[in-house]
Amino acid sequence: MTIQLTHFSAAFVFSLFASIVFGITHRETTREMVRYGLYCFAMFLGGLLAAGWAMWLVRR
Amino acid sequence: MANQTTAKTKVVEPAQPANTMSVIAPALGWLIPGAGHMIQKRWIRGALLFVSIGTLFILGLMMQGHIYKANGGDILDMLGFIGDLGAGGMYIVTLAMNWGQGAVAFAIADYGTKFMIVAGLLNFIAVADAYHIAIGKKQ
Repeated sequence: MTIQLTHFSAAFVFSLFASIVFGITHRETTREMVRYGLYCFAMFLGGLLAAGWAMWLVRR
Repeated sequence: MANQTTAKTKVVEPAQPANTMSVIAPALGWLIPGAGHMIQKRWIRGALLFVSIGTLFILGLMMQGHIYKANGGDILDMLGFIGDLGAGGMYIVTLAMNWGQGAVAFAIADYGTKFMIVAGLLNFIAVADAYHIAIGKKQ
C-alpha cells in the first residue's frame, strides 16, 4: 500500500507530529507542553510558508 | 609548609539512586515508542508519542521511503542507519519483512526516507524523556 502526499501535506503532517513530540519531551507541565507544541507547530508552518514565498521571489 | 593543603570546595551532587525503572523504561520506550512513558503511568503522553512516532514511521514506509541497514560506507548512510535504528521495534519489523528496500525514484519517496529517520530520532528524545521521568528529574 502506498500513499502520495503533496509537498505541503507532507510538511504539515511532519510539523504536526514533530511538534507533539517536542512539546511532550521539552516541557514540564501540561500547560507548558501544549504551549510549546503549538509554538513549534507555528514555527514549522511559518518557516515553511516563508521559505516557499522566498523561493517564489527568487524564481521571478 | 609542605603539609599545607589548599582547601578546595567541591560541590558534589547527590547521586541519583539507580532503580529498575531507569533501565526498563528507556529500553521499553525504544522498542515500542511511548511505552516507556506508559509503564510509568503517563498514559496520555505515551499514547501521543506512540501515535506521533508510529504514524511518521508508517507514513514514511507508505511513501516508499528507503530504510538503511548497518553499513560502513558513506557517512550519510551511516547516519541514516543511526536515525532509523531509533525507531526500535518498528525498525526491526521493517527489516524482518524486507520493507523499505526500493530505490528512491521520486521526491515523495525521499520525504518518506526522511520521515522514518526523523521518527527514529524523535524516539531517541522520547527515550531520554522516559529516563528522566524514571530517575525523578522530570514529573
